[in-house]
Amino acid sequence: MSAAVSVRGLEKSFNDLHVLRGVDFEIASGSILALLGSNGAGKTTLVKILSTLLRPDAGSVTVNDFDVTEHPLEVRRSISLTGQFAAVDEILTGRENLVLVGKLRHLGTPGALADALLARFGLADAGSRRVATFSGGMRRRLDIAMSLLGDPKVVFLDEPTTGLDPEGRLEVWKVITDLADQGTTVLLTTQYLEEAEHLADRIAILHEGRIIADGTFAELKKLLPPAKVEYVEKQPTLEEIYLSLVGTTHTSQPGTAAEE
Amino acid sequence: MSTHFFADTSVLLGRSLRHIGRSPDTIITTVLTPLALMLLFVYVFGGAIASGTDNYVNYVLPGIMLIAIASGIAYTAVRLFTDVTSGLFERFHSMPIARSSVLWAHVVTSLVANLISVVIILVLGFVMGFRTSATPLAWLAIFGILTLFTLALTWIAIIAGLAAKTVDGASGFSYPLIFLPFISSAFVPTETMPGPVRVFAENQPVTSIVNTIQDLFAQRAVGTDIWIALAWCAVILIVAYAFAMVRYRRRVA
Repeated sequence: MSAAVSVRGLEKSFNDLHVLRGVDFEIASGSILALLGSNGAGKTTLVKILSTLLRPDAGSVTVNDFDVTEHPLEVRRSISLTGQFAAVDEILTGRENLVLVGKLRHLGTPGALADALLARFGLADAGSRRVATFSGGMRRRLDIAMSLLGDPKVVFLDEPTTGLDPEGRLEVWKVITDLADQGTTVLLTTQYLEEAEHLADRIAILHEGRIIADGTFAELKKLLPPAKVEYVEKQPTLEEIYLSLVGTTHTSQPGTAAEE
Repeated sequence: MSTHFFADTSVLLGRSLRHIGRSPDTIITTVLTPLALMLLFVYVFGGAIASGTDNYVNYVLPGIMLIAIASGIAYTAVRLFTDVTSGLFERFHSMPIARSSVLWAHVVTSLVANLISVVIILVLGFVMGFRTSATPLAWLAIFGILTLFTLALTWIAIIAGLAAKTVDGASGFSYPLIFLPFISSAFVPTETMPGPVRVFAENQPVTSIVNTIQDLFAQRAVGTDIWIALAWCAVILIVAYAFAMVRYRRRVA
């Protein structure tokens, strides 16, 4: 399988601060890569370089076979960015936000595409309301819906579940797995290790400006000593308790809700 | 470069104009302070100020219009600042659009919004007794100068919108600009001012612009003031645009 994203020897500094010191990794077309790293590890800097918002100091970066410095417009045609905070227009309605992005992507029927996405993301009823009235989860869903207009081949999601409640997080997880099922390549940055474990085909760990580990979860597990067998009483996690009390299960999630 | 500049700019312009339509307070508050000043100067101080004209509304109206523009551009900075902090600025720049349309949409929005407030001020001026014998050509010249002045100040607002750390910082830069007309020929003739103040008043941009508009309204010969006014606007525009571009390049590569 060819690489949808290829990064070789990427370096980036801000004055004396060497944020990225030679980053190498690839994302196979149609797969999900989770990029882990602590705060300040350079995850957002990396995502900004991939989405042509920052220029690399050194190294080669290609997205969908286009070099980010030589063919930035072609890269922008191939990608979509969902940044750390939901980038939505609060004064416009949900539908107007989608139509705006559809028009800027020069799509033929932005209104119809907007309605389809509102339905898919369980926002059909809220579509005519101003985004200022939306909850955090609704904003994030709208934000991701805006990123899917025009069916980009590669989607960058920078900490998409930060600040979401457990239900909102599961909704976003469902969207991400759906994307990969449709053949979209996803780069996901996160601080939640279980999120990476749950969603990603491969996991890369960015630490002190370099990728220090890169592989499937099974491969990464081999980096530690073999598993010991211990008998532990199975206690419910707080998440399981919370979700059973509020009546949400892993099998009923929005997206399916809209089709019911 | 993308060939979608005009299409993208008009889409983003439509968005900003919708913002103004949904929060008309940005126009109302822009007009309110200059209107209060106009009432104050005409009906309270006016009697005591010997401006050398029999119609003091005619005398202050150009300065009032400039104050309205100087306060109106604060909203331009705030709108841009909001886009930058909300992440929409980055979202637009990661999309396959003509990137320059992001700033130009804000610039054109600023021109439209300030034109609306200037027209409102003019109408209120007429109600208060403003009279002019200006020809269509003179009107054209007046609106041309006001547009150029707005454009120049708008690019200062763009710098503020891109550089500000807080929303107060984004709007606060306009206070000195609003204050400039007070130390100019806008409300009292500069001849009445003491030495250093007079030197400042006679050599700052607002005085030449005010004099030009006063002359155009009164159908007097404009003399060299119009060239000084145009030169000031052009210089401010070019310098502000250059600094705005430096700031812009720090935001997006």
